[in-house]
Amino acid sequence: MDPLFEMQDVEKHFGTVIALGGVNFSVSEGECHCLLGDNGAGKSTLIKTMSGVHAPTSGRLLMRGQEVRFEDPRQAISQGIATVYQDLAMIPLMSVSRNFFMGNEPIKRRFGFNLFDHEQADKVTMDEMRKMGINLRGPHQAVGTLSGGERQTVAIARAVYFGAKVLILDEPTSALGVRQTANVLATVDRVRKNGIAVVFITHNVRHALAVGDRFTVLNRGKTLGTANKGEITPEELQDLMAGGQELVELESSLGGTV
Amino acid sequence: MSDSTQDERIKDISPLRQALVRPELGSIAGAIIVFLFFGFLAFDSGMFSPRGVLNWSTVSAQFMIIAVGACLLMIAGEFDLSVGSMIGFAGMMIAIFSVTLQWPVWTSICVTFVLCIALGALNGYIVIRTGLPSFIVTLAFLFILRGFTIFFPQLIERKTIIGGVSDAADGDWLASLFGGKVGEPVFVWLADLGLIDVFERGSRAGQPVVDGIPALILWAIGLVIFGHFVLTRTRFGNWIFASGGDAQAARYAGVPVNRVKILMFMFSAFCACVFATCQVMEFGSAGADRGLLKEFEAIIAVVIGGALLTGGYGSVIGAALGALIFGVVQQGLFFAGVESSLFRVFLGVLLLAAVILNTYIRRIITGEK
Repeated sequence: MDPLFEMQDVEKHFGTVIALGGVNFSVSEGECHCLLGDNGAGKSTLIKTMSGVHAPTSGRLLMRGQEVRFEDPRQAISQGIATVYQDLAMIPLMSVSRNFFMGNEPIKRRFGFNLFDHEQADKVTMDEMRKMGINLRGPHQAVGTLSGGERQTVAIARAVYFGAKVLILDEPTSALGVRQTANVLATVDRVRKNGIAVVFITHNVRHALAVGDRFTVLNRGKTLGTANKGEITPEELQDLMAGGQELVELESSLGGTV
Repeated sequence: MSDSTQDERIKDISPLRQALVRPELGSIAGAIIVFLFFGFLAFDSGMFSPRGVLNWSTVSAQFMIIAVGACLLMIAGEFDLSVGSMIGFAGMMIAIFSVTLQWPVWTSICVTFVLCIALGALNGYIVIRTGLPSFIVTLAFLFILRGFTIFFPQLIERKTIIGGVSDAADGDWLASLFGGKVGEPVFVWLADLGLIDVFERGSRAGQPVVDGIPALILWAIGLVIFGHFVLTRTRFGNWIFASGGDAQAARYAGVPVNRVKILMFMFSAFCACVFATCQVMEFGSAGADRGLLKEFEAIIAVVIGGALLTGGYGSVIGAALGALIFGVVQQGLFFAGVESSLFRVFLGVLLLAAVILNTYIRRIITGEK
């Protein structure tokens, strides 16, 4: 299948620091492509380049084979690239309904004014939450009262509702408990089956293997290669992420628990 | 998790707790308490006669005008400490333009509004570009503007109060929008019916003691309705909440946070300018010390109204009630014959109580421990 979204030889420099030094990455419809990397590998920079926060220093971004350039996140969103950030997905003090439509408020015209259509927003929010299996007390419940997993799920539901074709998930499971992680991974699976291309960023190999179709490892700003599901073992992935040798030694001294 | 059944871990919450989460609640309760208190303490003092009502509602309306601007700005996550100096500055500019330079008053008012809104935009622009706390940036403008407000009249007229605005404003169409009164015939009629006292001697003998609603009060009501409408009913209102709740998350969701914040700084300056214009038209003069401490009074009214100092949460109606409490207590203590310095003690206590209550409410909303 032709990739829906592709990055070719993308580099990003910040002054004298080379944050990304040649990244090749692609994702197709209905595929979950896991991007693994340790802290400092350049994951955050890569996400921000994909989502239009940073413009790449060199290299190309392709959407359905056409080269695209994003000046800001809005342009990326309008092309169907949505990003769910780990801790910046939602605003805790605002209601679920207000959060869900943040930046995309439904409008109704009354007396010549463009008003926020609260009824429509509340209705859609409740419907979408029910589909995702989240029980709300009401659309005006503050996001702050939801668990971390539920917040990620709301953010994913929001991105999908607003027409995301490529969904970038920034460590959606890293701060979650076992049960919440399972819920989020189930959501990712459901979204993928609807034909959305999912980029799943994590440093947890087990979470990646649970839902991933392909795996790419990022280390020191470069992609080290891509493997398909079933072609790679958790240990190999772990070693690649850590950059090889040291972890092998560390692992043996820890008795294989890392 | 099943589809429609209630999650067994979601506890039912009492209506009281639900109501408590509304930002206005504290100020509604506060307003009722304050009215009851003065109803007992100062009922015979004339506080609730037409003249007394006009007195404290005018003072409350003054607080309301600047509280609306401060409220929206605070919900958007920023402060403006230059409001008081802006009031002094705006008033002085109107007086200099219209009296010293002999411009028509309506031109003076328009130019002053443009100037103040531009200064508000500059405040916002500096905050956005430098990333410094607005607390510091606007504190600088507190001194800069106050300094100019004292410097200009001394340089031009060798004094710190410029009078004669009333004569210049006589018959000016725009000046009457700020300094005029509305509904005179109604009040004359009410006086004829004996519902309002009339002056018994002096040059205004036979006229009602309250002869109209000052434009200031209408400005206050208008701004409160406008602010409440924008905040709760429009898309822009959602952006205000989002910008103050978490600017970065809002940016990622496509909210133009910088624009929202700068516009709110401009609106705060606009409100200060409305206040200043009304004041200059009422007094007929501009003084270099006008508007002193108003920035804090605006912020206190907003906090009493249930807004969080950290942004992202609050209500314009709450801020308006906060301003009402403020005005009623300040004038009520006067009517009750209480030493006026105690007002400050009361204010400090009220502020502390409001902040503690708001912090508690925030915990309920966000589920923090």
